[in-house]
Amino acid sequence: MVNERKKKEKKMMSSEKVLQVNNLKISFRTYGGEVEAVRGVDFDLYKGETLAIVGESGCGKSVTSNAIMGLIPQPPGIIKNGSILFKEKDLTKLSKTQLRKIQGVDISMIFQDPMTALNPTLTIGEQLTEGLRTHKKIGKKEAKEKAIDMLKLVGIPNPEERLKQFPHQFSGGMRQRIVIAIALICEPQVLIADEPTTALDVTIQAQILELFEEIQLKKGISIILITHDLGVVAKIADRIAVMYAGKIVEIGDKREIFYTPEHPYTKGLLNSVPRLDLMEEELQPIDGTPPDLFSPPKGCPFTARCDYAMEVCDYAYPFSTKISETHEVDCWLQDERANVLQAQNKIG
Amino acid sequence: MAKYILKRFIMMIATILIISTLTFVLMHSIPGSPFDEERTSNPTIQANLEKFYKLDEPMHVQYLYYLKSIVTFDFGPSIKKPNESVNELLARGFPISFELGMVTILVALLSGTILGTLAALRHNGIIDYLAMTFAVVGISVPNFVLATLLIQQVAVTWELLPAATWSSPLHMILPILALATGPTAIIARLTRSSMLEVLTQDYIKMANAKGLSPIRIVIRHALRNALMPVVTIMGTMLAGILTGTFVIEKIFAIPGMGKYFVESINNRDYPVIMGSTVFYSAFLVFMLFLVDIVYGFLDPRIKLHRKEGDA
Ligand SMILES: Nc1ncnc2c1ncn2[C@@H]1O[C@H](COP(=O)(O)OP(=O)(O)OP(=O)(O)O)[C@@H](O)[C@H]1O
Ligand code: SF4
Ligand SMILES: [Mg+2]
Repeated sequence: MVNERKKKEKKMMSSEKVLQVNNLKISFRTYGGEVEAVRGVDFDLYKGETLAIVGESGCGKSVTSNAIMGLIPQPPGIIKNGSILFKEKDLTKLSKTQLRKIQGVDISMIFQDPMTALNPTLTIGEQLTEGLRTHKKIGKKEAKEKAIDMLKLVGIPNPEERLKQFPHQFSGGMRQRIVIAIALICEPQVLIADEPTTALDVTIQAQILELFEEIQLKKGISIILITHDLGVVAKIADRIAVMYAGKIVEIGDKREIFYTPEHPYTKGLLNSVPRLDLMEEELQPIDGTPPDLFSPPKGCPFTARCDYAMEVCDYAYPFSTKISETHEVDCWLQDERANVLQAQNKIG
Repeated sequence: MAKYILKRFIMMIATILIISTLTFVLMHSIPGSPFDEERTSNPTIQANLEKFYKLDEPMHVQYLYYLKSIVTFDFGPSIKKPNESVNELLARGFPISFELGMVTILVALLSGTILGTLAALRHNGIIDYLAMTFAVVGISVPNFVLATLLIQQVAVTWELLPAATWSSPLHMILPILALATGPTAIIARLTRSSMLEVLTQDYIKMANAKGLSPIRIVIRHALRNALMPVVTIMGTMLAGILTGTFVIEKIFAIPGMGKYFVESINNRDYPVIMGSTVFYSAFLVFMLFLVDIVYGFLDPRIKLHRKEGDA
């Protein structure tokens, strides 16, 4: 426990932005029409932090992270608007060849299912070193040494022999460690983890999360962590972005989001999580379903499910309001005129 | 590995034995005998001949002699061409059939995988449509029809290539084209669909996220996995091609095994029928065995090698 606290204190957090996502809009052309999967997402990622993106299934978390990774298939995907700035370059404007110099080198990704993320016909050694050898132009021997170091870092015993083995010779947890090693071998500045622990059982989950913390401490990388699991968020996130229907509706420090959530959707999410300290209160899943992204509403997308919805919510998307230096929320309740209205509602 | 191979080897022997027995039974149940046409020969000569070829013995004794000839791989002389042994006929015909079959399968494999891969990479593009049109036509046109068309057009009308025999590489083009088109089409279709599936896999996405070049991703990551289903049908396809050579050999007047085989059946030339069937089936079974080994080699999950500790 003491150790853990020390870790947290030592963790480097700076105000240096490594990644800036501005008004990102992404759609997919399908037979049924155009799906507006991401509808204007803004956030910054700071050096050495872990930013968690949470939200219901289908809200656009994976699409956002794939866009940063340059993995949106085009077609059917279209980046309609916005920019992703990394090292003064807009990733959305780069050619495929230029992107490849960044993928896996500066920005890496960890996938959800370690059982399918590794190629069954190639050895672990090859899968570990191929990125390194492509990008860093180093020799076989050097690459192998680096691979052994990485396997040690992620906690795989007998790395030298393990390099010659194939994915099916490893358990799920081990495979996820290998996937992490692969993502980290070129020493990226940004690591995107799309539900990295969802496919693993609970004890392994905890180990993998610890590994994340340890690596962040050692390497000072920034992590974007996508998850459904608020328990995971509570454990390792520094900041939290709450996504709903293709937008970030609230973003803030972990404490701000957990203790003083402002958006009704965030509150709903937190209420739908079992909490040990509030045993007696019943769980309240949010009623209703998110809006259809084929024709998203022009107002606040949460209107249909929101207990506080007002007339204005229906026809105009709320402005973003700064609650604190770090805490921002998109909700009409923040408008000073809303207080009056809500008060009236309560009386009436 | 050794244990597996031994097991497969024993199965191979059993298969060959069954095929030989069936051949024996079928051969003797076809009406007629080797000496039907020789109306001129007198009964004593015929009796002597039958004695020489042991045709006067009861069936089960003949069967035993037959088994002995299989084990020693000595089928004696041909009945129709008594101055040539069956082994000599095989030694003359088989290399040609083998060449035709092997070149065909290589051509089919190479062009089929390339075509299928390109079609998958340009999914729903022009290459895809062209390749799949070719595949449908290629699968539905029988090779003997194609052979006749090719001879008619390319050899006779355009006079571009020789129409028959097996005397130079130029002579090989038409028969190989006729024989390889069907298998190429099948392989192309199979490669395309399995490649399309492989390309949606997570490990391909991961390879993309590593910033690898598209060529490396296709060749190193996708192709090997996409070829698994192709390898599984290679066995039957091989059998199809190698028997298909018989027909093609006949059409193009190629002096391969097919020629002797067809002649031997027409003539009820028992030793030749037995020799070529046994030899040919042994060869086929052996090829299937090789295909299995190759499959195990391509897919490390197949437990050809000894079990290793799981993590
Ligand atoms: N290739 C695609 N073609 C068409 N629609 C797509 C494609 N990829 C994503 N979408 C759509 O974009 C929307 C957002 O999907 P996304 O995968 O980002 O959700 P998510 O937040 O990651 O959900 P989950 O928690 O289930 O992973 C969904 O409605 C999905 O149907
Ligand atoms: S803007 Fe209106 S509908 Fe949307 S969350 Fe706020 S109060 Fe609810
Ligand atoms: Mg997702």
